[in-house]
Amino acid sequence: MSLIQLVLVLFAAFALARVLGRFRAGVIRLPECLLWTGLWAGVAVVVLDPNLTQRVARVLGVGRGVDAIFYLTIVLLFYLVFRVHMRMRGLERQITELVRKLALLSAK
Amino acid sequence: MRCFIVIAAFNEGGRVGPVVREVRARYADVIVVDDGSIDATAAEAREAGAIVLSHAINRGQGAALQTGFEYALGHGAEAIVTFDADGQHRAEDIDTLLAPVRDRGFDVALGSRFLHRNPSIPPTRELTLRLGVIFTRWVSGIRVTDTHNGLRAFSRDAAARITIRQDRMAHASEILDTIARCRMRYCEVPTDVRYTTHSLRKGQRSSAAFRIALDFLLGRWEE
Repeated sequence: MSLIQLVLVLFAAFALARVLGRFRAGVIRLPECLLWTGLWAGVAVVVLDPNLTQRVARVLGVGRGVDAIFYLTIVLLFYLVFRVHMRMRGLERQITELVRKLALLSAK
Repeated sequence: MRCFIVIAAFNEGGRVGPVVREVRARYADVIVVDDGSIDATAAEAREAGAIVLSHAINRGQGAALQTGFEYALGHGAEAIVTFDADGQHRAEDIDTLLAPVRDRGFDVALGSRFLHRNPSIPPTRELTLRLGVIFTRWVSGIRVTDTHNGLRAFSRDAAARITIRQDRMAHASEILDTIARCRMRYCEVPTDVRYTTHSLRKGQRSSAAFRIALDFLLGRWEE
């Protein structure tokens, strides 16, 4: 095992522990927990067996395994940014509602 | 007809007082929504005789107007007029603006500086506003000459049907969009805009137009 593999696997293990911790603390729900668990477990598997990505790449019609990972990661990141963005808009709306309610309450 | 004048104000100390007094000389119910100002806006408006609603933090002009609408509707308003806090509008224009809503059954009357006899508008501002007109015609399909005039009159019914979700400046487009979508009866009324160095500096810069358009389109797509 090369050093980079060790570092990445340790990091994935750390992230996985955090995800499970958040789940047990009730911060995230089961679907979200499964999503993140799957993601970090996937990272660990791919790091430990890089040839796996080669096979995936061939199935997807991409040249190299690393490229396949890059493409998939970019798509996933875009999706996450979109989700965070929507979430933020929702929060903004809630803050405005709150500020409005306070203003109307203290006027009475 | 009991008409509430809603004024959204953010750091308009020194200007909001005279504006409230000018409006109060004609209309009793003046609401100033202090949108998280850090200066004496609220105290000054209250002293001038306005009902002051205070946003604890700044949420934007659209949010402030919606707060004013909700208060006015909850206190028996039969019509609502929005008016800018920086002194760019003239209180006597409120009367002409209200007439179509009060006497001729219109849902909304919109102020237009371009219909005014001799508009004195800075050239870059005029260009941006004209582009706004084209944008609105294209996106919402509503034909107006001045899309971003803060002076508007709404019947109670119209005000109740318009919910401003655009907290910041895109509310102007959003209001027009709702008017078009709900097929409200609207008209435009010539009103004057007094451009001062203050209102030009504090007002939107022309370059902000793109962000406003983007805000509007994103919000519209979310509905």
